[in-house]
Parts: sequence; C-alpha cells; structure tokens
Amino acid sequence: MRGNNQTKGVKLMKKILLGTAVLAFSAGMALAQDTVRMGTEGAYPPYNFINDKGEVDGFERELGDELCKRAELTCEWVKNDWDSIIPNLVSGNYDTIMAGMSITDERDQVIDFTQDYYPPTESAYVAASDGVDIKGGIVAAQTATIQAGYVAESGATLVEFATPEETVAAVRNGEADAVFADYDYLVPLVEESNGELMFVGDRVPLGGGVGMGLRESDTELKEKFDAAITAMKEDGSLNDLLKKWFGDEVATY
Amino acid sequence: MFSYCADPESLGTIAWFSCFLTTGVHLSFYLAFFKVLGLLAVTAPVALAFGFIGAMTARSHFLPLSLIGRAYIAIVRGVPDIAFFMFFVIALDQAFEWTRHKLLCPEWTQPIRQGNDFIVCAAAKLPLGTAPQWVHESYAFFLALITFSIVFGAFAANVLYGAMRAVPRAQIETAEAYGMTHRQSFWRILVPQMWVYALPGLSNLWMVLIKATPLLFLLGLEDIVYWARELGGTKTPKFTDYPHGDWRMWYFLALLIFYLGCTRVSEVLLERLMKRLTHGQATLGGEAQRKAAA
Repeated sequence: MRGNNQTKGVKLMKKILLGTAVLAFSAGMALAQDTVRMGTEGAYPPYNFINDKGEVDGFERELGDELCKRAELTCEWVKNDWDSIIPNLVSGNYDTIMAGMSITDERDQVIDFTQDYYPPTESAYVAASDGVDIKGGIVAAQTATIQAGYVAESGATLVEFATPEETVAAVRNGEADAVFADYDYLVPLVEESNGELMFVGDRVPLGGGVGMGLRESDTELKEKFDAAITAMKEDGSLNDLLKKWFGDEVATY
Repeated sequence: MFSYCADPESLGTIAWFSCFLTTGVHLSFYLAFFKVLGLLAVTAPVALAFGFIGAMTARSHFLPLSLIGRAYIAIVRGVPDIAFFMFFVIALDQAFEWTRHKLLCPEWTQPIRQGNDFIVCAAAKLPLGTAPQWVHESYAFFLALITFSIVFGAFAANVLYGAMRAVPRAQIETAEAYGMTHRQSFWRILVPQMWVYALPGLSNLWMVLIKATPLLFLLGLEDIVYWARELGGTKTPKFTDYPHGDWRMWYFLALLIFYLGCTRVSEVLLERLMKRLTHGQATLGGEAQRKAAA
C-alpha cells in the first residue's frame, strides 16, 4: 500500500514538474510579445480620468488604444501619482506616460517624447470674479507643471496643489484669486459652474504640445509610436478624436 | 449595479444614491478599505519582528553586530518618511531586478544604467512584463509592506531597546544567581517582563501606522484617501453619469469616522493587553492589581 502510494506520489510530482516546465516555456515564448504598460494620472479630464466603472478613460485612453492597435502592441493602463510619474517611468515600472504632459526642455533631459499628439496648449486663468489681479495676486497651479513655472515667473504668488481638482477648489473657496491651468481642462468646469467661475485675462500659449513620454533608451518603442501618430495625423483620425473630446474649437493638425 | 441604473438622471434621490454608491469606482473605494486593513494586519507583526531583531542586535556584545543594529535604528529614524517612501521603494525594486538580471541574463552586454534609465533584460523584470495587472499590484503591495516594516521596525527597535533596559537589574541578577545562562535569563526573565514597558511606545507607533497608510499612493497603490479625493472632487456631466459638486467633505467625513473607529477599537484592545501584561509585574500597575485582588 505504502509503496504504491509513493509511486503515485512520484508520478504526480512528475506531472506537476512537467506542467511547470511547460508553463515556464510558454512564459518564455510570451516574452517576445511584451505588454506595453501605459502610465497615466487618471485625474485630468478630458485628457485622462477614471470613469464610473473605475477604468481609465478620456482622450488619451482612446488615442493610446488606437496607437497600440496600429503599432500592433498589447497595451495595459496603469495609474500613477503625478509627482512620481517620471521616476517610475525611468525605473521601468511602466513604459510610457500619456498624462497630458507638455513637452518641455526640462523634462526632455530626463525622458524622451514622441512628436506631439496635441498641439501646443493654451493655458488660461480662471477666477471667481472679474477684475482679479492675475499678475500680483495669489494664483493656484498644479505642482511640477509648466503652468506652475509660468506663474512663479509672472510675479504672482504661486500656491501649488498636488492635483488639478484642488487648484480649482482653491479658487472656489477663496484660498487663491485665480487658477492657471490648461484651457481645455478648465472649459467644462467653467461651463458647469453656473457663472461662479469665469475666464480672466488672456490665454497664454505654453510648452511644445503634449506628447507621449518614454525612456530615453526605448528608441524602438518610440519609433513605433511616432509612426502611428504620424499615420493618425495624416488620415485625420487624430483630428476627429481631438474634436470629440475637446469640442469643435480645438486646434487641430 | 442595479438594472434601473441605466438612466441615472431620471431617478429619485434614494435610487440615485443607491446607483451612485455602487458604481465601479465606488467598489474600488470600498476595496481600498480592505487593502489598508490588510496592510495594517500584516505590517504590524512584521515590523514588530524587525524591531525585536533590531533591538537584539543593538544590544549584542559583539561590536560589529551591535553597530549594525544601531546604524539601522539611527539611519531609518533619521530619514524623513516621505523621502523614504519615494526613493527607497524604487531602490529596493531596482535591487531585486539587478540581482535577477545578474543571475538570469549573464550574456547581456548593455549597461544596466543608461543615463537616467534603469534597463534590465525582460526575464529579470519584476513582475514580468507579461504579468497581469493584479500581479503588479500585489508586488507593489509587497514592496509597500517591506518598506513600512523597515521604517516602523526601526522605531519599534528603539522602543524595545529602551524597554529591555527598563527591566529592573535585580531581576536579571536573581536569574544569574539561580545559575541561568545569559541566553536563559534573556528569554525567560527579560523578554517576558519588558513588554509592559514597551507597550505604551508600541501603541503610539501603531496609532501612527494606522494614519500613515495614505503614503501608499506614493507607492502606486490606491488607498482610501486617494479615492476620497478622486471621488469627492467635482464631476461634470460630460465625464460621468453621476455629476455632483465638490463633495470631498463628505468623503473625508467618512474617512474620519473610519479612522476614529480604528483608534477606538485599538484603544480598547490595547487597554486590555496592558492589564494582562501588568499582571504580576514589579511595577506600580502590577502592585495595584495585586492589592486590589488581595
């Protein structure tokens, strides 16, 4: 009885070992077709946000999925805090950043960008009342954005917040005189505010457009995405997406 | 969630909320509570173990060992938490991947560090690039667990180190007089008696740990504070079926109740534990217990 059991045990063991060997082998095969992990913030509508189902949604989600399809890549979306979005990219926790990130020289020294998939953005001031002093008052902006850099140099007092939502909330509760952010982010907020919020001052063109961030060493992946973006610009599908998410007045290619 | 949720705009208040509070994002929010509780449940014993080992090494009579223990306590206690959570986790992850890279891909010729980039071969990636998202999340959770344990372990080590020295010298002398070895007097006399001195310090650490969990988001894990901020923020009809104004106050109120509840439960349990530990101890509390019973 005992001996019999043992041989059974050995047989079972062999089966399991064989099973894991096959698994390991297929895992090795699958490595050739790696998943591209797309990092985003998920807090910047209409660029990217979390929808009611808890999934990443928005302009960049739709664009990114289309780019992956054209480049024949399997993509997966991951959320990461804005503050640590670049360190986690260079450390290899995900492979791209699509988070409404403007192409700037400062960032370009650390990571690489594809060509822009959103034309150089205009930023705008929003305040709770007309006649706010945007050059000398208190202006809110998100930490580590081109807008924060601009405000700091404009002579106004800069208050920084970790998320875009908080910058607008600061204006609503009077903590800041105005908020300085991407025009397209502010439009739906102003429209829905029933006159509580309004645009003040002129719009300011900033940055070199929004592009996809990649590791500097990932030249192959960058070329694939660049080619896909070029193709989408040529056949007009990128313009359609832009209009769908940002309205008909948006700048197109 | 419910069949009538297809058109939220037409719903009455109660039905609207029943739909609103059961959307996918809200389920993630509820799940995050379990994530936080799970992290606490696992981190506390692991950190205590780290602390115990740290205190033992710091007390060691063998100088190099003692220096290692003391360096661990001093360095980790000295580094700001936020710096630790921003950089240590990335460094830890890179250390794992570097080791795996050296073991698994010996034929790799490119440098691992290329400018700012950290590149290891695909087989050395942790988790593998092909792994599903839940594996990535579990791995992040595991990294968070180690980091929390190391940080809180250092504080616990200092508390235990002090507690070990607070046990009256006479107790050890008596043990030695009975002929116990160093090891025996440590395990049989010192350790059972030190907890009563350690508990106030440890309970402080536990309270701080409960409230430190929002640091999880720095590690890429979505904790309850992240979701409260995300869900409570103004939602415009363009991007959701359930538009609402700035409701962060209500979400944070819910968190407040949760945290206060945690604190209250901990207090009750710690008080009971303290009573037990005091029993028969040569402390004021122990003496009071003895007199009350007599």
